[in-house]
Amino acid sequence: MDILVCVKRVPDSAENEISVAAGGADIHRDDLVYSVNEWDNYAVEEAIQITERLGGTVTVVSLGDSEAEEVVRREMAMGAGQGLLLVDGAFTGSDGLGIATILKAAVQKGRYDLILTGAQADDGGGQVGGMLAALLDWPFASLVNRIDVNEGKPLRIGREIEGGAQEVSDIETPCVLSIQTGINEPRYVGIRGIRKVASVEIPVLDATALGVETASVGSAGAKVRRVDYFVPVAGAGAEMLTGSTDELAGKLLDLLKAKGGIK
Amino acid sequence: MSDAKVFILVTHADGKADDSAFELAAASGRLFPGASTTALVVGSGVDAVCQEVATVFGEVWKFDQAALAYPNAELLRPLLVKVLPAGSRVLLAHNTFGLDLGPGLSVKLGAAYVPDVVGAEGLDGATLKVIRQEFAGQVSAHVACDISKGAVVSVRPGAFKPEPSGATGGPVVDRSTEATGLSARRSFVEVISAEAGDIDITKEDVLVSVGRGIGEQENLALVEALAEAMGAGLSCSRPIVDAKWLEKPRQVGTSGQTVKPKVYLALGISGSFQHMGGIKGNPFMIAVNKNPKAPIFQVASVGVVADLLELVPALTEKIKKGK
Ligand SMILES: Cc1cc2nc3c(=O)[nH]c(=O)nc-3n(C[C@H](O)[C@H](O)[C@H](O)COP(=O)(O)OP(=O)(O)OC[C@H]3O[C@@H](n4cnc5c(N)ncnc54)[C@H](O)[C@@H]3O)c2cc1C
Repeated sequence: MDILVCVKRVPDSAENEISVAAGGADIHRDDLVYSVNEWDNYAVEEAIQITERLGGTVTVVSLGDSEAEEVVRREMAMGAGQGLLLVDGAFTGSDGLGIATILKAAVQKGRYDLILTGAQADDGGGQVGGMLAALLDWPFASLVNRIDVNEGKPLRIGREIEGGAQEVSDIETPCVLSIQTGINEPRYVGIRGIRKVASVEIPVLDATALGVETASVGSAGAKVRRVDYFVPVAGAGAEMLTGSTDELAGKLLDLLKAKGGIK
Repeated sequence: MSDAKVFILVTHADGKADDSAFELAAASGRLFPGASTTALVVGSGVDAVCQEVATVFGEVWKFDQAALAYPNAELLRPLLVKVLPAGSRVLLAHNTFGLDLGPGLSVKLGAAYVPDVVGAEGLDGATLKVIRQEFAGQVSAHVACDISKGAVVSVRPGAFKPEPSGATGGPVVDRSTEATGLSARRSFVEVISAEAGDIDITKEDVLVSVGRGIGEQENLALVEALAEAMGAGLSCSRPIVDAKWLEKPRQVGTSGQTVKPKVYLALGISGSFQHMGGIKGNPFMIAVNKNPKAPIFQVASVGVVADLLELVPALTEKIKKGK
């Protein structure tokens, strides 16, 4: 099975304090820790596990600036054989549909049985996989937390639905699946693994190479546009406690006692 | 333009509409003031759902077919493409069904897709202005959308409070005969319900809840000691379960358990809407987080900016001494 996995380099929101910069035009990007989008990492691991069992290839593709190479290499170090970068100034400002349009062009340059994306990334939209499937006219499933491959038959997949229940379906290939966290345990990659793939060549394709019309992508083609970032005026918000660790522990003890938090 | 119709897709189960249906009615009023609303109810044996939602929508379109008993997004999408007029504005919930259906639907309708909307900023001709959140809720964004060719808008559950509506019980129009001859390359097999174990956090009055901020698995002992000293139940956010550090039945949130404690102590949890969606009954909530911008501070009763690895053992000691 030949699998394409779409990955994105994102500021790690668990590690960073994100704040608004330049009057809302952007967030402060200096000193941000970047990593591969959490959901994408599970998608890459799943693809690698499938090909380890059944053979085939894994290609990791990322759309972004030149820095995206770092996450593609990291994911290749996990065991993906091929990387692919889609970089063009004309891609800047793309909305979800623009990104799906560019990815579709990349898909059509190769031959894949299965495309995996993360269920969502740093903008929380959760849209690119479903749009890509619709553009390709392939079937789609979101929030996938189980993939069983039975040669010659449709894939048997599980989707995670509300309350943690699992919706089981059969889906024909080729198809697009967006992957939910927890589907597997992504392997660790060390510096050494990354060094091993440091010299593997990663093709870079721009709009011309992809045959993408620039008017249909980037800010030129975007129907959905971010006007600015802002921090909402806090409502009541939490009453913030201050003090040394010992003082804070004391204040919490009193509060917990008062509210019935200690039995 | 403002009198263009808005179509609302109703999520339902076991003959009852999901809360989101009433939230979407309110969202429609805020996003598209004055527009008439049509609820879309798709399923098998859905008369009760149609009657229930007719109270808040201008009209209801019923699509009742045995083949649609389970909401398979891959089947519903071609149905909606067939029955919705060009340029339609469609609202759906940003839940697991909306995530499955919405993005592809917008492509097939040639409409703009506006995901996970949390606020309305007005409609200006064919430009819809909304509020979204990015970076796990740490910052918000104003977003402008060209909806001249229609829109599919997914609305975050809980973001719009249901309002008493002006609608006085609209008619139910049976359009079931149009919902035939549909096929999909994805077929539904079964639903496997979440494993039920011995652990039941839903009955606890007091919960100590731990998130990714705990850092390492071995640090969990600190939180376990605190929960024990307090006599509280131990719960967690999703990454702790994904890492298999705690059992799935301890996960609070939309894809985990819904809890109703009196006191909720959140340690190293950022406050994603999927986590907060599992906390009901407005508990007294204390949040400990090292990031002063963590979204959880917007909803907690009391907040502490601190390293939980220092504060938690200190608190455990104080409680033990105070007993
Ligand atoms: C469809 C879907 C369903 C989901 N369902 C759920 C669900 O049911 N439940 C759920 O919880 N999530 C769910 N999620 C995931 C959710 O979006 C978040 O990713 C998750 O809640 C984040 O968990 P967290 O707050 O523990 O981690 P993070 O968001 O990474 O936050 C960790 C926090 O810890 C703080 N921190 C770090 N170190 C320390 C320290 N030493 N001391 C104090 N604070 C520290 C950081 O500042 C940060 O705020 C779902 C997601 C999707 C897409």
